[in-house]
Amino acid sequence: MADRQKIIIKRILKQLKGYKIWLVLTVICALVSVAGMLAVPVFFGKIVNNIVGAGEVYFDSIFNNFIIIGAMIAVTSIAQWLMNVVNNHITYNVVKDIREEAFSHIQELPLKYIDSHSYGDIVSRNIADVDQFADGLLMGFTQLFTGVLTIAGTLVLMLVINWVIALIVVVITPLSLFVAKYIATRTYTLFKKTSEIRGEQTAFIDEMVGNLKVVKAFNREDENIEKFDEINLRLTKASLKSIFYSSLTNPSTRFVNALVYAAVALSGALMLVFNTPLPVVFNIGLLTSLLSYANQYTKPFNEISGVVTELQNATACARRIYELIDEIPQVPDCEDATELKEVEGNVEFRNVYFSYATDKKLIENLNISAQAGQRIAIVGPTGCGKTTLINLLMRFYDVTDGEIRVDDKNIYDVTRKSLRQKYGMVLQETWLKSGTIRENIAIGKPDATDEEIINASKASYAHNFINQLADGYDTVISEDGGNLSQGQKQLLCIARIMLCLPPMLILDEATSSIDTRTEIKIQQAFAKLMKGRTSFIVAHRLSTIREADIILVMNNGNIIEQGSHEELLAQNGFYSKLYNSQFAI
Amino acid sequence: MRKLLKYLKHYKLQSVLAPFFKLLEAAFELFVPILVAAIIDNGISGDGGWKYIVNVCLILVGLGVIGLVCAVSAQYFAARAAVGFSQELRGDLFKKVQTLSYSAIDGLGTSKIITRMTSDVNQIQSGVNLVLRLFMRSPFIVFGAMVMAFVIDVTAGGVFAVTIAVLCAVVFTIMLVSIPMYRRVQSDLDKVTASTRENLTGARVIRAFCKEQDEINSYNARNGQLTKSQKYVGKFAALMNPLTYAIINASIIVLLYVGAIKVDGGSLTQGNVVALYNYMGQILIELIKLANLIITVTKSFACAGRVNEILEMSEEKIRTDITPASSKCPFIVFDKVCVNYGNAGMDELSDLSFSVEKGQTIGIIGGTGAGKTTLINLIPHFYDTSSGTVLIDGKNVNSIGDEKLRDMCGIVPQQAVLFKGTMRENLQWGKNDATDEEIMSAVQTAQAADVINSKPGGLDELVEQGGKNFSGGQRQRLTIARALVKKSEILILDDSASALDYATDANLRKSLKQLPYKPTVFIVSQRTSSIRHADKIVVLDGGKAVGIGTHEELLKTCEIYREIHNSQFSVKEA
Repeated sequence: MADRQKIIIKRILKQLKGYKIWLVLTVICALVSVAGMLAVPVFFGKIVNNIVGAGEVYFDSIFNNFIIIGAMIAVTSIAQWLMNVVNNHITYNVVKDIREEAFSHIQELPLKYIDSHSYGDIVSRNIADVDQFADGLLMGFTQLFTGVLTIAGTLVLMLVINWVIALIVVVITPLSLFVAKYIATRTYTLFKKTSEIRGEQTAFIDEMVGNLKVVKAFNREDENIEKFDEINLRLTKASLKSIFYSSLTNPSTRFVNALVYAAVALSGALMLVFNTPLPVVFNIGLLTSLLSYANQYTKPFNEISGVVTELQNATACARRIYELIDEIPQVPDCEDATELKEVEGNVEFRNVYFSYATDKKLIENLNISAQAGQRIAIVGPTGCGKTTLINLLMRFYDVTDGEIRVDDKNIYDVTRKSLRQKYGMVLQETWLKSGTIRENIAIGKPDATDEEIINASKASYAHNFINQLADGYDTVISEDGGNLSQGQKQLLCIARIMLCLPPMLILDEATSSIDTRTEIKIQQAFAKLMKGRTSFIVAHRLSTIREADIILVMNNGNIIEQGSHEELLAQNGFYSKLYNSQFAI
Repeated sequence: MRKLLKYLKHYKLQSVLAPFFKLLEAAFELFVPILVAAIIDNGISGDGGWKYIVNVCLILVGLGVIGLVCAVSAQYFAARAAVGFSQELRGDLFKKVQTLSYSAIDGLGTSKIITRMTSDVNQIQSGVNLVLRLFMRSPFIVFGAMVMAFVIDVTAGGVFAVTIAVLCAVVFTIMLVSIPMYRRVQSDLDKVTASTRENLTGARVIRAFCKEQDEINSYNARNGQLTKSQKYVGKFAALMNPLTYAIINASIIVLLYVGAIKVDGGSLTQGNVVALYNYMGQILIELIKLANLIITVTKSFACAGRVNEILEMSEEKIRTDITPASSKCPFIVFDKVCVNYGNAGMDELSDLSFSVEKGQTIGIIGGTGAGKTTLINLIPHFYDTSSGTVLIDGKNVNSIGDEKLRDMCGIVPQQAVLFKGTMRENLQWGKNDATDEEIMSAVQTAQAADVINSKPGGLDELVEQGGKNFSGGQRQRLTIARALVKKSEILILDDSASALDYATDANLRKSLKQLPYKPTVFIVSQRTSSIRHADKIVVLDGGKAVGIGTHEELLKTCEIYREIHNSQFSVKEA
């Protein structure tokens, strides 16, 4: 564990590399402010020495010292403020860098990872964990440097006053560090556990709050609250432990401080009583200042140990973030990948094997050959692997074996970007980004003119309902489509494709929630769109399928029948059974 | 924040004990200078000798031990109270969110709720913890020092009073100004959260449109804005320490000047001046702690405000109109129902009236935005009508009590959602104690038996969050089974067969007909084939019923219905 932690700390340090100048600046500011803070009392002491008694006050010297102190206070304060500002700068920029890195990485992650991890957990890594990390880092910068410098400064002053007693202090001090370290290593595991339970809770909130309507429909509020309370209780127990144990650091080190203080008092007093023949000038006044320095000297240890706990917590969070960042990204485009230029739209599956889990076979030795401009309908019972074909066509998932060719080019030899641009896709689950309707339609063609956008919406019959919205095309859609109906969302998704007119189409039950009257019009528009474009349609409406050039009848991941509507009916097989059942009741 | 204080209610004892022990620890610390003075006066200068010194030093160690015990107790009680506080707050928040109305959920957005329930509550928790540990100790020492100053010299006490007043003014100004700034930071963070979530849910579409780089750019812009806000408030909040430091030291200069004059005049001694100087020094140390505390508390206040927003949101409207039950009326009656959600002025439903007998099957068909979902959402009282009434068994739905009412309804929503857990747990949503037999019979009816059988774990198969390890059609059939397990009097299928092929859809309808307990079934659909055998079909267009009747009647009388039907059945005619 300690090794892993070292690795994380090394990474954090690496993350700081770009801020070298700022780091130097913060160290300089810390030096100035600590020097000022340590020196000011010395001058105050000089003033006190000039206030001896009635008639024995030396105002000239006092005023001179006032001027010096005033200047020092000004410099110290400014240095302190600058240090804080610089620390903020470093911390928040590092956090920004990390978030950007994590987010870019999410875009690179294979869909397999996204499909198999809860969104809440990923979000909590990128948000809550990074925040906690920032807190730790900020505390580290603000208090660690000044703490260390204060210790060093005081130590020098004590050595100057009486090196014997200073040595005693130095010998006892490691005890404090040892205690702090012991507590820190113990709490690290506790914080990690707390962080994990918190992730679990976030995932649960995400799931239940996201689907609150279903929850309410089933009167599941009570059960959910029960489950939530159970997780909540575990979280409470874990947090109690981690917070309590980590907060032991302060009292424990303070106790060590008390020992140091007592040791200084004892050794100093005994030296004076027995008049040890040491080569040091020593008197009661010096013992007093030594004691006050001993007090000052140990205080930063408290802070530092506090920082250590906070950093411990921060590294636990950093680890979760780095786990996400280190997740293996999708296989990059191969080095000599070319751009897929203008395509005609010949698509071929050659001996394709694929499965989501290695232990469960799904698609085996699949062969499909679609000519440019053909319409390929994929039909079959639910769960037979129709959406899997789309995952493969778009390279959301990669085949286990075999190849897919577009215009006789292996799709693994071209860039993903150029491949995906050739497809227009309308998925069963509509997804809209938060933003205006206009932005959503123009997602594939950001430089589209208003006219183009309106034409695309008219062609997909979305124009009318958009006009009825309060702000028309500038209406802001909330998270995940919010107040639009399922059908309206799908119309927008279709308009999105209408605008780009890519050479190949993938339609995944796109029209299942749109009323039939609208659907007819859309189908007419699509018919125009599909002319000359290779189209893959996953649909259950036989009226759509009937007009397809090739119908792929799938069952259990395999194509069991292939041909035109008439041919398949004539075969009197699975397809004809499916077709005839349409009117059976 | 004050409104959230009630969550400490169960931790009164801890909330009192934590500061109490902290106070005790501080008090013991105050003994230390006295003991040191004793060492100097009696041990070194006096005749106590080395034995006396050793004894007093042992007492010093003893005080350290007592301090340790006090501090550890204080930390424990503070931690206990703080985590207990956040536990109850989170629990209440979750409960509250469960009561939000459909329209409130639509408006709020999931990511906001999540940040509020997680990072905001954590922030408040740290605030409570710190306050309990420090809020007694720091003021105790600050004001104690001031009182001591007054005892020594009234003028010096005045300097203390002015200093403390100035410090408070500075600290509070910084606090008041920075609260809205922190709120700004949080709302920027909300946007970054939303961006992250959106990119997970929309990963496929974003990649299909090759928008990865654009999304990264827009995320980076939001993230940059967040960083800017953070730095802005940071610059301001960073004034706290340097300012307090400067003020304290400036007042020490004043104090020494005043002291010098008084000593010169003979009314004060050198020792008195040193004591005053020390007391001022003590104030500084405690004030720095207090300032840090205030920064944390400030953040907590901002978070508390946002958490409170959720807690204060109005709950689902409960309006109870008691309409006297009449024994003769049909099972379900829609009487001149109008619904207007309040957006854009258009009615979702207007002047809709029809009635349903027990055991009947009702088909609802119509275009996108025709009001089909709105209509069926009125039956379980998910939304209120704007005017008109919905009656079940002669009683207005809003007088039945939502829980009882929803127990009567089995609902299959448009979006087929499953939850993390086993398949069995998912299917038991409708009936907690459903046996495997009951479940399997519902699964059979829903045509989902092959889904269960195809999974190695059967009913014990784990469902991932959102049901991601099932296809759309599988999920749809499982959600139908989930509703059937309830064996409710009313079954509502909201376009729930859209992802099913015709054969499965037909089989489903057939087996629904054969259910022994004869539920009243509402089927919302786009296909006339799904509803043609219904006892009554309601054809909606733009929120109005344009036709009500059986398939055959409507074919004759309803233009729109005929149009829909023909568009779908041209296949057969061809």
